[in-house]
Amino acid sequence: MSARVLVGVKRVIDYAVKIRVKPDNTGVVTDGVKHSMNPFCEIAVEEAVKLKEKKLIKEVVAVSCGPQQAQETIRTALAMGADRGIHVEVSGKDYDNLGPLQVSKILAALAKKEETSLIILGKQAIDDDCNQTGQMTAALLDWPQGTFASEVVLEGDKVKVIREIDGGLETVRLKMPAVITADLRLNTPRYATLPNIMKAKKKKIDVVKPGELGVDLTSHLEVLRVDEPPQRQAGMKVETVEELISRLKEAGRM
Amino acid sequence: MVFFKVLRASVQTGLRFQGTSARAATSTLKTAQGGFRFELTDQQKEFQEVARKFAREEIIPAAPSYDKSGEYPVALIKRAWELGLINSHIPESCGGMGLGIFDACLITEELAYGCTGVQTAIEANSLGQMPVIIAGNDMQKKKYLGRMTEEPLMCAYCVTEPGAGSDVAGIKTRAEKKGDEYVVNGQKMWITNGGKANWYFLLARTDPDPKCPASKAFTGFIVDADTPGVQMGRKEMNMGQRCSDTRGITFEDVRIPKENVLIGEGAGFKIAMGAFDKTRPPVAAGATGLAQRALDEATKYSLERKTFGRLISDHQAVAFLLAEMAIKVELARLAYQRAAWEVDEGRRNTYYASIAKAFAGDIANQVASDAVQVFGGNGYNSEYPVEKLMRDAKIYQIYEGTAQIQRLIISREHLVKFKN
Repeated sequence: MSARVLVGVKRVIDYAVKIRVKPDNTGVVTDGVKHSMNPFCEIAVEEAVKLKEKKLIKEVVAVSCGPQQAQETIRTALAMGADRGIHVEVSGKDYDNLGPLQVSKILAALAKKEETSLIILGKQAIDDDCNQTGQMTAALLDWPQGTFASEVVLEGDKVKVIREIDGGLETVRLKMPAVITADLRLNTPRYATLPNIMKAKKKKIDVVKPGELGVDLTSHLEVLRVDEPPQRQAGMKVETVEELISRLKEAGRM
Repeated sequence: MVFFKVLRASVQTGLRFQGTSARAATSTLKTAQGGFRFELTDQQKEFQEVARKFAREEIIPAAPSYDKSGEYPVALIKRAWELGLINSHIPESCGGMGLGIFDACLITEELAYGCTGVQTAIEANSLGQMPVIIAGNDMQKKKYLGRMTEEPLMCAYCVTEPGAGSDVAGIKTRAEKKGDEYVVNGQKMWITNGGKANWYFLLARTDPDPKCPASKAFTGFIVDADTPGVQMGRKEMNMGQRCSDTRGITFEDVRIPKENVLIGEGAGFKIAMGAFDKTRPPVAAGATGLAQRALDEATKYSLERKTFGRLISDHQAVAFLLAEMAIKVELARLAYQRAAWEVDEGRRNTYYASIAKAFAGDIANQVASDAVQVFGGNGYNSEYPVEKLMRDAKIYQIYEGTAQIQRLIISREHLVKFKN
């Protein structure tokens, strides 16, 4: 049981903040805005820490890619019970262009370097809603993947994952090493307790540059424009069902 | 017009107006050696975050029903204990975190935002423990503080009597030395956590001579609540903070071993008073948390309710009310932060602690009342959250030193400073 789990944690704008688009439409306002760990990443960390508490795995390593502030997110993971952290330093233009492809390349390189048995990620981030990193990471590593996990059970050298799919639940059995992405109902993430926050300060965070991992961060995507969703139009009241149908026909909705 | 834009911008940066973390400081600190700073450390921000999350997600939904029933919030207290939000002052040698008063205040303000009844039940622990923390010997600390970190136990500060509140030197509970024990007889009243405590800090008169000065006549004891002769009164039904357990306690021939005396016979008065310098800032923080909640609720309502064709926040009468409330909340916060920082720096903070407690208690009442005003008729009704705040706020001008006693202390300190 020398299993090591890598958990990816992303620093995103806090879910409760009202998002505003920048006046030049190149993105959203992030300066001075509250950030926190992506909620699905919290679920991923919780699952990894639970496995460690059951003594099924030995070490939980939290990874985040981004500028200096990414270390705050890693600290939260440490306070939840991760053993150590890796901060992959990406800033400036590289950070603006950092997307699932780049992150999965980084995670794949780290997984090989750190002799990982399991990678657990959130199913998607609440800022870009890509839902790609887990899948791409598995593909780059040629590892099996269990995405949208609502239950994870380790069985020797295999892991059983119950996935939430449109039709219901699907059970798959993956041979480790594997990639799992966490969905909402996998668990309820714990609070970091005050004593754990204090203990987390003594845990190590290694800083690594993408170049050291041999990763090329070039992006093949260009964001052209970011707009707010269209304003909700006022509705109108109708008196009868007949009028409703004629209005819908007029508007070309029927 | 400009005001409206500013208000809108600040509402959008976060749920609260709090200066400390709504503007999440992503800029690196320009640290200069010494000098005034209004920045929290990363650890303080994290602590505040945990307390805030707990208050918002667990205390706020449960508070109205605890207020109606008056039931002691056992589940919330247990949860807060698990998160490490209680007993923060207990030294590390006894299994605690040994946090300073400033950190404790940050947590207290967040919990009070949720419900001051719950927060008072928790705060009473700190008050009861403080005499042991400042005056206990190693054996006493390990025995009585250690157990608080092993299980979620409560303790209480047992000083006030039916006939003596502000006039602590007028208490009549007697403790007579008999061999290796003290026999205690008397009546205490308004003891927070009285019915739930595992042990009490008790102040009793050991020198019966009426001419003996207060500084020598009283002794501080630690009393196990299950000692024979300790009789708990009924739970009192109060105006506000109703889920907090407040009772009278009767001591009838209660025998306390001499090992449970703090420092020595006659040292009690100074210990009892010394605790306040450390507990008044958190009480002020609690009042500030209540005031902040009142301000936030009133602001939220003012951005929803319309009258005369416009949002009530557009009417200057209401906007000015909110402005005055904001002024008071910000100043109360600065006051308790200063008082807490002073004592953490190792200095005597009596002057600042009294100012903070006096001011915060007064403004909590004003702000809560103003919040009800902003809500209008709805504010008077129990379906809306602000009437509870007004009922809860009153006690902040009374306990832990009345508003009048604070003024006595402040004037005395001020005059002494001025003369020197």
